[in-house]
Amino acid sequence: MSETEPTTNDAPELSRRPGRRRGRDDGKFGRYGGQYVPEALMPAIEELTDAYERYVLDNEDGFMDEFRERLADFGGRPTPLQRAERLSERYDREVYLKREDLLHGGAHKLNNALGQVLLAKYMGKERIVAETGAGQHGTATAMAAAHLDMPCEIYMGERDINRQRPNVFRMKLNGAEVNPVTAGRGTLKEAISETMRDWATTVENTHYVIGSVVGPHPFPVMVRDFQAVISEEARAQSIEKTGDLPTDVVACAGGGSNTMGSFAAFVDDESVALHAIEAGGSTLEVDEEAGVAPNSASLFAGEEGVLHGARTKLLQDSDGQIMESHSVSSGLDYAGVGPELAYLVDEGRVTPVAVDDDAALEGFHRLSNTEGIIPALETAHAFGYLEEHAEDLGERVVVTVSGRGDKDLESVIEETDKRDVAGAPDMSMFSGGI
Amino acid sequence: MPATGNSEALAAAFEGGPAYVPYLAVGDPDYDASLEYVEALDRGGADVIELGLPFSEPIAEGPTIQGAVVRSLEGGMTPDRFFAFVEKLDVDAPLVCMTYYNLIYQYGDGDGPRDFVEKAAEVGLEGFVVPDLPAEEADPLREACDEFGLDLVFIVAPTTTGDRLERIMSRVSGYVYVQARLGTTGAKSDVADSTTESLDRLREYDVPKAVGFGISSGEHAERIVAGGADGIIVGSALVDIVAEGVEADLSTEAVADRLESLSRELKAGAERGYAARTEAAESR
Repeated sequence: MSETEPTTNDAPELSRRPGRRRGRDDGKFGRYGGQYVPEALMPAIEELTDAYERYVLDNEDGFMDEFRERLADFGGRPTPLQRAERLSERYDREVYLKREDLLHGGAHKLNNALGQVLLAKYMGKERIVAETGAGQHGTATAMAAAHLDMPCEIYMGERDINRQRPNVFRMKLNGAEVNPVTAGRGTLKEAISETMRDWATTVENTHYVIGSVVGPHPFPVMVRDFQAVISEEARAQSIEKTGDLPTDVVACAGGGSNTMGSFAAFVDDESVALHAIEAGGSTLEVDEEAGVAPNSASLFAGEEGVLHGARTKLLQDSDGQIMESHSVSSGLDYAGVGPELAYLVDEGRVTPVAVDDDAALEGFHRLSNTEGIIPALETAHAFGYLEEHAEDLGERVVVTVSGRGDKDLESVIEETDKRDVAGAPDMSMFSGGI
Repeated sequence: MPATGNSEALAAAFEGGPAYVPYLAVGDPDYDASLEYVEALDRGGADVIELGLPFSEPIAEGPTIQGAVVRSLEGGMTPDRFFAFVEKLDVDAPLVCMTYYNLIYQYGDGDGPRDFVEKAAEVGLEGFVVPDLPAEEADPLREACDEFGLDLVFIVAPTTTGDRLERIMSRVSGYVYVQARLGTTGAKSDVADSTTESLDRLREYDVPKAVGFGISSGEHAERIVAGGADGIIVGSALVDIVAEGVEADLSTEAVADRLESLSRELKAGAERGYAARTEAAESR
């Protein structure tokens, strides 16, 4: 960066965002964060930190300008902030929806994937690797890589590949290679470990596009900065539409990219309450013997530990072995969470709440049949929360619709059929496959 | 090689010849067989033994050691059983624990590495290798090691240079683990040339240099020691023998014999390399 003032109006505004100074120094958020990675990855991480500071923070070579332009033209930004009429009436307060489901690809994931693939190009890398759980980050990365003409390989647990065949097909349509991961239980955390192993072998020409605000510094701050466009838009849109900031922002939390994206621009606005809605799964009880936590509520129920390069809150047993998490929504199904969120929760700035599978399914059906929006099962947790806690909220609530639910229809049919879900249509005619 | 660390036994292991440093995951495939296997390494000439305490997310390991980790965890291995194993073990070689930081951090009070190190000292371990703990985050563990007289080994990769190398070398003790190539652990049919460059970079530092990642034969061992290494670290090639034993349903004795015999081959290779190096130095 030269000594002259940045040429865009955005850069000075960005530099005031919380955590930014800490991020530039050592990637610590209080006691959380850090760089717990094998030595072979450290040079790559130092190179990435340098690139993050130059291109993202300082807009060198107009990186952020190109990122925003591509988000608009390829991604379809800005996404609307829409008043939800029935929900506003139902809960007797103004409910606004930040419509990330309308972003290209149908979820907020493209914000990060496009940012990182573009950054890899600026860094002169020749190849992209990424992990994916349910396939949302994998499909977003494959789209971004095709758009920017970068070879791309996606690691996905074998079990997830079998559960999410349409997403595997989408990735292949966009020219990505999909590598099955057979280690462990074959889900997201094994896929992350395997992608880190690939990167440890190929750091010289490869960038790892991590899918959330997790991992070693600079990933948590960098992914937050790419996703922050959600709350930057929502903040401005709220002021424009209502003349004021919202009283509450509600966002679902798995690894935390949607959550941090939805909160980042509001963290300094002390009047705005921030609610992170985690997957409570079937129960918050854990089965130590089997190493299984039947939920993914690491902020709410997790303990401090070190996983995938960062110190954060984790679902782990008393020895420190990582638990297999569970949620009806595979996108929230992760045993860790971004270190900045862990920090904001400890500071009392973000309130974590766990919403169970049943309430999430009800939320899914409620939004579908009252507002005409079929949300992702991840998003549906936020609407489960609204139903249970609307009375605790202020008069203007923004809920991020992190993605659309088309990808979840098969599991919704199956899960709805198992239960008595309020407001759900009769799904029995579809169960057993459509 | 002068002693540079806390453990006299580790320092002695690198004196007067090349050190053969084998690794096995403890509890692979079960507790009792694993005891026999580690003792076989000792009979085969081990100078130091690295004992792996399995962690559920071993990000630095290739498929071979991942397999061992899964077998061991499924067999019920825990940090407490690991410590009991170390106490029960009847070997001459000094023992080093290789594990991931979360297990060290969570042990006891769950608020730092001290409890784990204290227990390790009590059962007779001499040091640690922690692949996911970079020098920047290592001070609490370094301090606990100094308090209880243990060593902390760091890994140096082919890409480690400049300030990073300096930071690591100011905190390392016992020996430095020189990673022979990029990537994760795993036996290879060839060993990378980057080893020689790494050894050259480390020459000025007064601590034993043990080379690992990919070594699987006596020939490899010979070449690496001839190239200046003070020791060789071998993991996956030994774990492969354990895995083959599981697959072919071999007796514990048969697997132990194979481990002992590969150990002898590796150790003999290292000694040939050392002799060649000494001869070359004398003829100069």
